[in-house]
Amino acid sequence: MSFDFAIIVDALPKMLMGIGLTFQLLIISAILGLTLAIGLMLMRISGKWYLSWPAQVYIYIFRGTPILVQIFIIYYGFPQLEFIRDSFLWPMFRDPFGCAIFALTLNTGAYVSEILRGGVLGVDRGILEAGSALGLSVRQKFIYLTTPIATRLALPAYGNDIISLLKSTALASTITLADMTGIARTLVAQTFAPYEIFISLAIVYMILTWILQKSLGRVERYLGRYMEK
Amino acid sequence: MTAQALIQMTNVGKFFGAFQALKGINLQVSKGERIVVCGPSGSGKSTMIRCINRLEKHDEGQIIIGGKELTDQVEDINAVRREVGMVFQSFNLFPHMTIVKNLMLAQRLVRKIPKAEAKATAMEYLERVKIPEQADKYPIQLSGGQQQRVAIARALCMKPKIILFDEPTSALDPEMIHEVLEVMTDLARDGMTMICVTHEMGFARSVADRVIFMDAGEIIEEADPKTFFNAPKSERTKKFLSQILTH
Repeated sequence: MSFDFAIIVDALPKMLMGIGLTFQLLIISAILGLTLAIGLMLMRISGKWYLSWPAQVYIYIFRGTPILVQIFIIYYGFPQLEFIRDSFLWPMFRDPFGCAIFALTLNTGAYVSEILRGGVLGVDRGILEAGSALGLSVRQKFIYLTTPIATRLALPAYGNDIISLLKSTALASTITLADMTGIARTLVAQTFAPYEIFISLAIVYMILTWILQKSLGRVERYLGRYMEK
Repeated sequence: MTAQALIQMTNVGKFFGAFQALKGINLQVSKGERIVVCGPSGSGKSTMIRCINRLEKHDEGQIIIGGKELTDQVEDINAVRREVGMVFQSFNLFPHMTIVKNLMLAQRLVRKIPKAEAKATAMEYLERVKIPEQADKYPIQLSGGQQQRVAIARALCMKPKIILFDEPTSALDPEMIHEVLEVMTDLARDGMTMICVTHEMGFARSVADRVIFMDAGEIIEEADPKTFFNAPKSERTKKFLSQILTH
């Protein structure tokens, strides 16, 4: 079998036209997902069963099902429901972009909330006791002690989830979106050259991952500057 | 005397599940007194002083600090904590803040002191524990002895009426114990009211007004250091002293 570089040279610029959509999916669902995750994590550690229990069920459902299935349920399933078609949310669920953002957000939120909880639980109890002894309120301890320390502790695992989310955005191509993977699939259908096109697509994702890794490493070092002797 | 006591514990009891950690503790401490608490591990020494600033909640009896009774009322607990400083065995500095910020945080948040003033106070106390040059470092960059001196300075910045020491030298390498005890002795000379859980018997002898011996959650013996070390009354005290003083 031959490897035709001409196809790659031709296909690469076309695929890169989808990079904007890939970034939109990544950034919007990462931000919304983090917000959701903070809420879920607070519910989970609240110590109140009526908050912690729903959060746990939610996390179980979204970690327990494939994200592709979640995307299909939202994109193909929701329009079947009359109350969704009649609601103000319909413009979002009618649009594949809205559905993809919704699914990615809900999914990453479930994973990240557990990552954040791990960070919060990792904060040394003695440090919080010192805060109490100095007269800090529960809220002050959470803001000034738990949050910064837990953020640093959670960061490596969180970075892992962001990288995983980047790859999950490729699933949006299954519901007609022309992100990089979506464009690649169209090109394959036109050129019958899956090998060249998917390999070059893979390389683009690797480059993006490398950039993410380096940036996350920088943030880690900055937030962890107090850990270096 | 009892009326002016800064700390007044009456018949205090504390349980951890079925285990009784404190039994009928009666203790009065007046202003300027220096108390050393000793006893075997698990005897309730730490639990007792942790009840004084409500890091542990007592289950029985009454604790009154500076005229305020410790109850479930958050305002009362905070009012008491403002007057009571604490130094921990494992220092418990805030690892993500520089030394000077460690000293400023509670001043700013709890005492609502302006930044410049809080910083000046912080530097003043760092001077006092002899490490002003470490102000902009992070806790991990300091030795154990230095960290514990910072922790003492952090407590002092809040201008407490009482300082509780919970085995302040137990986590330190031998060569660092001295520098911490020196700072504590200075404080004692300045008239700070102190309750100190420690096994440093030299410190107890030279600094304490009273030594308290605890075992199995009870105060077994309470005496001035001279009497305590030379003529202990209880058998348990004698046994404990023979164990720790022969080495």
